[in-house]
Amino acid sequence: MTIRLRVLDDGAWISVNDTRRVRVSELWRVRALDFCECALTDLLVENFQSVSTDGAKICVSVYGECIRCGTDGTLQWLPVGRVIDGEFYNQALDSIRIS
Amino acid sequence: MPTDVERWKSEVYGDDIRTHLFEFAESGFDTIPDDERDAWFERFKWWGLYHQRNGQEGYFMMRIGTPNGVLKPGQLQVIGEIADEYARGPGVNPIFGASYADFTTRQSIQLHWIELSDVPAVFEKLEANGLSTQQACGDSWRNIVGNPVAGKDAQEVIDAWPVIEELNKTFKGNDDHANLPRKWKVSVTGSVDGSGQGDINDLAFEPAYKTRDGAEVVGFNIRVGGGLSRNEPRLARDIDVWVEPDNVSTVAGGLSALFRDYGDRDDRYNARMKFLVDEWGTEKLRSTLQSEYIDFELETAGRDVRRSYSYNTGEGPRNDLVGVFPQKDGKYFVGLNVLVGRMGAADIKQLAELADTHASGEVRLSQRQNIILTDVPESELDALLNAELLTHYSPTPSPFMRGSVACTGTEFCSLSIVETKNRQVRFARWLKANVTIPDGLEEFHIHLSGCTASCAQPQIADVSLRGMKTRKNGEPVEALDIGLGGGLGSDPQFARWVGQRVPVDEVPGAIANLIDTYAIERVEDESFRTFIQRHTDEELAAKIEPAETTYEDPMMHNTKRTWYPYAENDALDAGPEAPADD
Repeated sequence: MTIRLRVLDDGAWISVNDTRRVRVSELWRVRALDFCECALTDLLVENFQSVSTDGAKICVSVYGECIRCGTDGTLQWLPVGRVIDGEFYNQALDSIRIS
Repeated sequence: MPTDVERWKSEVYGDDIRTHLFEFAESGFDTIPDDERDAWFERFKWWGLYHQRNGQEGYFMMRIGTPNGVLKPGQLQVIGEIADEYARGPGVNPIFGASYADFTTRQSIQLHWIELSDVPAVFEKLEANGLSTQQACGDSWRNIVGNPVAGKDAQEVIDAWPVIEELNKTFKGNDDHANLPRKWKVSVTGSVDGSGQGDINDLAFEPAYKTRDGAEVVGFNIRVGGGLSRNEPRLARDIDVWVEPDNVSTVAGGLSALFRDYGDRDDRYNARMKFLVDEWGTEKLRSTLQSEYIDFELETAGRDVRRSYSYNTGEGPRNDLVGVFPQKDGKYFVGLNVLVGRMGAADIKQLAELADTHASGEVRLSQRQNIILTDVPESELDALLNAELLTHYSPTPSPFMRGSVACTGTEFCSLSIVETKNRQVRFARWLKANVTIPDGLEEFHIHLSGCTASCAQPQIADVSLRGMKTRKNGEPVEALDIGLGGGLGSDPQFARWVGQRVPVDEVPGAIANLIDTYAIERVEDESFRTFIQRHTDEELAAKIEPAETTYEDPMMHNTKRTWYPYAENDALDAGPEAPADD
């Protein structure tokens, strides 16, 4: 089944099958030791750069900043949800994502 | 591989969008097929319509492009009437009411809560009165900016208004330039005050002299590739070209075509002209312009007047255009402060009447979100200045009121991280009431932008504020990064971001402490910007002392998770249905 994925509104949204599903401005917890030295990056999601699939998993490249240490930059292929039988399911906001 | 946006643009773009827009307006918002909405929303931007953010389904922001901020007699009244009738929605702003217009940092006008079904009627009224939304957004020539009092200003060395009119006429609705890789922002300035802010535009024409037959003639030097967005601010770069006024349109068209042909259409993040200038350098840009786009020999740059620039420089006269100033014809222009650029519909209509009664009826918009009444005879000055409306929109406001600039923020915008306009009003009011202004400090520019898109031009303010998040007592709260020392002028500089993630309720305290420190430590009468310049980043970081004060912020929470931050029940799932056709 084809999944339509897009970055919209100058990076403000990830659209899945023509519906805006994942937005910027949220805080994500990310395990990304190559990004900053925090054991758990507290990432403010500022801008989506691109989106792709890894099987059923939807992943994004995102620009953001760790609000614990101030490191900013791009993190690649963080999961945002899954598509199962054509339905998109958001990853829980408080889940730990692995870069 | 072309982006989705490029693919959509290749199918339908430019003037042709209008037919489809009107068809959808007739058949109803719900008739836009679900799998085509993203494409149509992207295209509608070309006609000045942005679909508002999540939770406000079916409502649009409408941008009206007013070249150089010029509103001819009667046009402000029309804006007030349209705002009153059409810019009303389910959300009511607690400070500005149910119906208002925003004056933007690019001398345009924005209305909110516009319904698709009303668009034809709004367009009809706008166009019947010489106004338009064409190319106000989208990937093409945006609203052309400049010194808002062009043609009137006693200080100008060349009247840029005919040049701007010619550019507007040539490049609006021009199929050859309708579909560019990204937005294209142009500034044309004829004044010595630098109020066109050319340095932060894709293409800037700035006044400059060239010697011809022993006499100096006035034309324009050209700079290219400025812009503030996405943590990648650039000052426009000198490409060593001077052009006489009659050739501005030809050279501007050449540069626009060069951008059209060589700009990056594969990556929208790399698409702006500033990145092409980074990649090519100015020599290659100039030689390509000459060899491929211009069929006469380009002249080298002339003698500029940048040393005289005063606008948004942080000191001196005409740091803004608020106040009473002489025109070259003996009349006056009166610049009024519009706090964060937002004015209620009733006030707009009242101001339009004042402009009719006491002046020519013409008004101008500045890049500091303020409004200027032009052509006021000396005999009418007192009556105008004594009008009750001017106690609110003052020509002599507090430095904290006149210096406040803010973008749209989470009230309507998808990108913004924080609430902005109402917060900046609260900040300004608190600072005015609680901070002792150091002697001689007449202006103090604080720009609040909700994100790195930089619509409030935060990098060129005395105090720059940019939307962030942090945790306070473990809870996520809205926060601001604090930058200092930005400004334009002969030596333009971007702010240095020395304060990170300050909770929003501690920002007024931080600014108050900073001003106190400045008052104590400044050397003689040095300006705030000069004071900042002589300190290192580390020293400045130490001078920012965030503090809780009597300021209380009701919008500490994630305002993005609301359908409208000021609604009684603001939950996203409590938002309105898309408006029904009527």
